Amino acid sequence: MIKTSRLTKKFSSGTDDGALAVDDLSFDVREGEVFGFLGPNGAGKTTTVRMLCSLIAPTSGTAIVNGFTLGKEDQQIRRTTGILTEIPGLYDNLSAEFNLRIYANLYEVKDVAGQVEKYLRLLGLWDRRHDEAGTFSKGMKQKLAIALALLHEPPLLFVDEPTSALDPEASRLGRDFIAERREEGRTIFLCTHNLDEADRLCDRVGVFKTRLLVVDTPTNLRSSVFGRNVVIHLVRADPQMASDIQAMPFIKEARVIDNKLLVTLDDPEIHNPEIVRQLVASGAEIQYIGELRHSLEDVYLQLVKNA
Amino acid sequence: MKKISTIIQKEWAEVFKNRLVISTVIFMPLLFTAIPLVMLYFTRGASSEELTSDLPQQFFQICPEGLSGGECFQVYITSQFMLLFMIIPLMIPVNIAAYSIVGEKTNRSLEPLLATPITTIELLTGKNLAAVIPAVIATWLGFVIYIIGSWLIIESPDVLSALLDPMWWIAVLVLGPLLAILSVNFSIIVSSRVNDPRVAEQVSAVVILPVLAVFFGQIAGLFFINRSLILLFSLIVFIVDIGMLYIAVRLFQREMILTRWK
Repeated sequence: MIKTSRLTKKFSSGTDDGALAVDDLSFDVREGEVFGFLGPNGAGKTTTVRMLCSLIAPTSGTAIVNGFTLGKEDQQIRRTTGILTEIPGLYDNLSAEFNLRIYANLYEVKDVAGQVEKYLRLLGLWDRRHDEAGTFSKGMKQKLAIALALLHEPPLLFVDEPTSALDPEASRLGRDFIAERREEGRTIFLCTHNLDEADRLCDRVGVFKTRLLVVDTPTNLRSSVFGRNVVIHLVRADPQMASDIQAMPFIKEARVIDNKLLVTLDDPEIHNPEIVRQLVASGAEIQYIGELRHSLEDVYLQLVKNA
Repeated sequence: MKKISTIIQKEWAEVFKNRLVISTVIFMPLLFTAIPLVMLYFTRGASSEELTSDLPQQFFQICPEGLSGGECFQVYITSQFMLLFMIIPLMIPVNIAAYSIVGEKTNRSLEPLLATPITTIELLTGKNLAAVIPAVIATWLGFVIYIIGSWLIIESPDVLSALLDPMWWIAVLVLGPLLAILSVNFSIIVSSRVNDPRVAEQVSAVVILPVLAVFFGQIAGLFFINRSLILLFSLIVFIVDIGMLYIAVRLFQREMILTRWK
């Protein structure tokens, strides 16, 4: 759905160098996946989205979006993509229905009335269709913005910070929206600061700070950054137990923290039984054993810190 | 065309909910139409030679032959206020464009709008027409009311003929729309740099200064409006319009709006 090659954006700032917002960005987003685009403030996420939506032109590099070449087939890119921005950008003085009609016409929707009714009903706004958007709650505005982004049935959706500044109920709505669109087979490009949200929703994530640091599934990122960790709760942990485990050839690291033994290894499914046998043989009393799951936030912070 | 008409509908639906814009579009043309009619009413039947004693001597050179001194005075006084019909197409677009463009900026509705497959020219044309059409209609309606009022008030066919000189038809039908285009594009340029519609409106209002200069220049007797001057002004405004449109088109590029507009 998206394939970029060495995409770069430099803003002229009156200096010779200018401000480098996006540097040498090469990645791809596959059809039907939810791709999380993570990065700190000012990392260039919004600039990237704007380039991919053909709102601003790259300084160099190329991109193919929905099969169309950026810079050459911009109108086709705009026709086949939807964008849900952080701030809904509705016309507050106009009715919900009028807001949708404007966008349906601009997106060249054939059955304007039908599509507007479909989404107003789908999002539970049909009874409020004549009310001004400015009278809506944040959650209802979010629903209306969702309808605006979907009216022309785009196969690719760019979603920029869908749940920031929203209450838990409205945030849930945003997450449900993404999950439902994925069920429909649409591709979602999700920019977010909410790493828990990205962890739950994204098939793959890209961590970005002007340059792309890494792209992978959340699970693979955890493994590559922290390895896989097994935590074994013991009645009483002994440093000698850690030394014995450390001596096993497949163990990367073993250490005792309180009465817990923390073991880093590549393949716990295969090697856990051996570790348990070794511990039992050395007289350890195991209370329980489980995998320590690092949050995506830990992974992200580690990657950004090292960048 | 559908996208342009959609933009126009949206602009009108939005800005005409603003009382200040409505009052400007309705009351200013009415006021500016009433002033010359009131002047006509109070100077009708003027025949005293004393009335002409204060007229600049140059005016007599352009005062149509066959008019008495009092009738010349009537034509002179009323002609001064005909320039108000040139202020209407300047002021109305300033109001509409200021509220429409700055409103979009403060509401953050420009980005989703620019993400649609509308072209820069379509968007700019829609915004231009949404501001120019009400201004031109208001000016023309005001002029029609003025013609009817003049016909009812003036007894002398010669005075009526002088007041409805073809130069005023050229001014209202040609120069008026050109001034409206100038005004809306100037407002677009100003609106791209400010975030308060009132500030945009006030700054954009400087666009009426040249007309005021002509107004006061005529009162001071420095020159008098005639057909040649109206045609010259039309040509100058036409050329300036092309320059303003060029700047506005450059300013309305998606990248410029999203990265440079304040």
